[in-house]
Amino acid sequence: MEENRVLEMRGIYKSFPGVKALQNVDFSLNKGEIHALMGENGAGKSTLIKVLTGVYTKDKGTITLDGQGEVAIHSPQDAQKYGISTVYQEITLCPNLTVAENMFIGRGEGKITNWKKMNEDADKILQSLEIPARANQQLSNCSIAVQQMVAIARAVDMDCKVLILDEPTSSLDEQEVEKLFGFMRDLKARGVGIIFVTHFLDQVYEVCDKITVLRDGKLVGEYEIKDLPRVQLVAKMLGKEMDDLSDIKGEGGAYEGADADERVFEASGLQSNAGIKPFDFHIKKGEVNGFTGLLGSGRSECVRAIYGADRIIGGTVKMHGKEVKISNPLDAMKNGIAYLPENRRGDGIIGDLSVKENIILALQVLTGFFKPFSKAQVNAFADEYIKKLNIKTASAETPIKQLSGGNQQKVILARWLLMHPEYLILDEPTRGIDVGTKVDIQKLVLELAKDGMSVTFISSETDEMLRTCSRLVVMRDRKVVGELSGEDLTQNKIMSTIAGDK
Amino acid sequence: MSKTANKDESFFKKLVGNQLFIPILAILLLAVINLINDPGFFKITLGTNNAGNPVLSGYLITILDYGSELGILAIGMTLVTAASGGQDISVGATIAIAGSAMLRVLCGGTSRPTELAAPIIVAFLVACVVGMICGAFNGMLVAVFKIQPMIATLILFTAGRSIAAWINNNELPIVPDPKFAYFGSFIPGIPIPTTVFIVAACIVVIALVLKFTNLGLYTQAVGINEGASRLNGINPTFIKFLSFVILGLCVAVAALIKVSRLSTINYSVIAKDIEMDAILAVALGGNALSGGKFNMWASILGAYVIQFLTTTLYKFNVQSDALAAYKAIVVIVLVVFSAPTVRDYMKQLAKKVAPAKKEVA
Repeated sequence: MEENRVLEMRGIYKSFPGVKALQNVDFSLNKGEIHALMGENGAGKSTLIKVLTGVYTKDKGTITLDGQGEVAIHSPQDAQKYGISTVYQEITLCPNLTVAENMFIGRGEGKITNWKKMNEDADKILQSLEIPARANQQLSNCSIAVQQMVAIARAVDMDCKVLILDEPTSSLDEQEVEKLFGFMRDLKARGVGIIFVTHFLDQVYEVCDKITVLRDGKLVGEYEIKDLPRVQLVAKMLGKEMDDLSDIKGEGGAYEGADADERVFEASGLQSNAGIKPFDFHIKKGEVNGFTGLLGSGRSECVRAIYGADRIIGGTVKMHGKEVKISNPLDAMKNGIAYLPENRRGDGIIGDLSVKENIILALQVLTGFFKPFSKAQVNAFADEYIKKLNIKTASAETPIKQLSGGNQQKVILARWLLMHPEYLILDEPTRGIDVGTKVDIQKLVLELAKDGMSVTFISSETDEMLRTCSRLVVMRDRKVVGELSGEDLTQNKIMSTIAGDK
Repeated sequence: MSKTANKDESFFKKLVGNQLFIPILAILLLAVINLINDPGFFKITLGTNNAGNPVLSGYLITILDYGSELGILAIGMTLVTAASGGQDISVGATIAIAGSAMLRVLCGGTSRPTELAAPIIVAFLVACVVGMICGAFNGMLVAVFKIQPMIATLILFTAGRSIAAWINNNELPIVPDPKFAYFGSFIPGIPIPTTVFIVAACIVVIALVLKFTNLGLYTQAVGINEGASRLNGINPTFIKFLSFVILGLCVAVAALIKVSRLSTINYSVIAKDIEMDAILAVALGGNALSGGKFNMWASILGAYVIQFLTTTLYKFNVQSDALAAYKAIVVIVLVVFSAPTVRDYMKQLAKKVAPAKKEVA
């Protein structure tokens, strides 16, 4: 092991039933280094962290620590013993206890607590780390950033050598982030090695020294921050080389009605309570457009705002040029907007209900509480769409949760198509489903648009969006930062817009 | 061979998988026990009661009669369970409140009136409103303030009987009109208990509601996945609230029967512990107490299973004090058998046994 190394992970393998989450991944961390761990969702970041903290047991590979040699970490307690501490995205402290209590809870050496000494010790640590909090203050009275720092202080005081910060900034505002970064630099000066997991690019370039990129459970590489321009980083995360020529939209053709220029939906200054900056957006009849950006950039929040799924706190919305009020999903549905949510399991399927009940649900709600469809009507609807979308299910009575992911997604798609919406929003409709179904869905989207439906299509896979969309709204850090169409619709252009390079 | 075996298996699976299987099995089991013990259990005789009216009597009639309140409550409790994933433990106490309100209207505030102060229908409607207000109170706590249903309903569970006593100034008024007693006993000339007709009416009403509205679909959707329901335009808050209000209405009907049986009320005893039986009825019907899919008819059947059990225990001369203990044992067995973990285990066991048989063959 090199001098100055505090942690070295070599050849880590970890698989779950059906998934190879980590394959031969190396990771190393120096003393006094802030090291970003980057990758898209499912790249294996969190699995690697969980292997390191003992939440998962690795299948193969070695973990070596400075001064300890090769170690076996079987539980989070083990990890803590070896000086590996983690601060998670969500605060995992007790908000109703004081700052001092939170710093010392679960670490008592004796049975008796010396409150005075504990508070004094806590104050000393807080002062030395310049955390603006008092030891006897209730934690919930501190700002989120301070709570975050208290969690870190607790970790540091436990003599940690490796500090893992898992998305610590996602619930902080800009000033709080600045404070946290100052604090991280302090710790760095003290020789603590910090692993920083985030998907905010700006932050990585502001505070980190090195970047390790993972993709699909494999190591892409370790880079010095100065050697890796943003565009390169985005390319590495997405797995596309800069000069990778994109597939141009294939067959099909666009909608050719006389009203093709009509704006079906238009929003200005729209803002929800989900933390996105106000944005303007419109879609024309028969158009397919999309929101793109890295995960967490706010693309889902934008379409949720359009659909009224989050609480709307500002902006105006027009349908066909007429101002309408959309404050909840039912309003949106009445205006002919349909939304296929990103989280299929959590927001899409009604697991225990049958395929046919899942198919008719949206139209049924739209039709009204007192007008249930007859059994024959329900069966007719279900049969029609099971055939149309080629849904593979034992019968229309089968509970939807017994279907495969791709077929579940088709059922949800059927639910919204049955409503015959004017404007269909698809948020990650192809995530986690097989290639065949993916292509089916893409084709379907183009067909629908040709028949005059407006579609917003969101996908983590850029080439999929290039294949379907004629206009892309680019987002970064919860803000709309650009719009691309026509000639500009290339991988390169998208990546450089995401990265924010001029 | 394998084809027929599969067919048998799937038939068996369907049978066991049906939610009505457990309550029907329980009823059959209880029937067999009684048949062995004393075939006279099933005898129904036509006699006359004190008033000289023809009445049917026998243990089966008793079960049908005294299971009525529970059967009606099971309807509302099923909806509350399905929508909110929790239970209302205040139904006994709210029966006291609704019943007390009914008496107050009937007797006009005096404890020994000589004639009715208001028509029975008015009193019943007032009881319905009071029951629905209690339900609305519980529903608001659960749906709007997101309080655990059991904790939310604990408030009325604790305070309900005091409120009931307060409504009538802690007096026990007696209804002077013998007609009022018809609801809890017999209408002259009709030998079947009136309660049977009331339950039948309730069942018809809920069947019509489930058929001609989307109450069933919405309730189940909300109970299974609240977030997804919202994104499909359903208002989960309202659906949960509605389920409690419907239960409030069921409470009012149950209160009518309870008060009518005695023509008066005993605040601390009326409908005591009925909430637990109502919850049990839902569980016995094979409905998940954590909400979601439900089968209304299985719940109602479950209510009569409980009454069947109670009556059987009386037949075996179990002291009324000891009744609860015996009931508990039987209930534990039934509930454990209908628990998903046990069912899965049984299925696995069946699988293990099946190949062994094949080898023998």
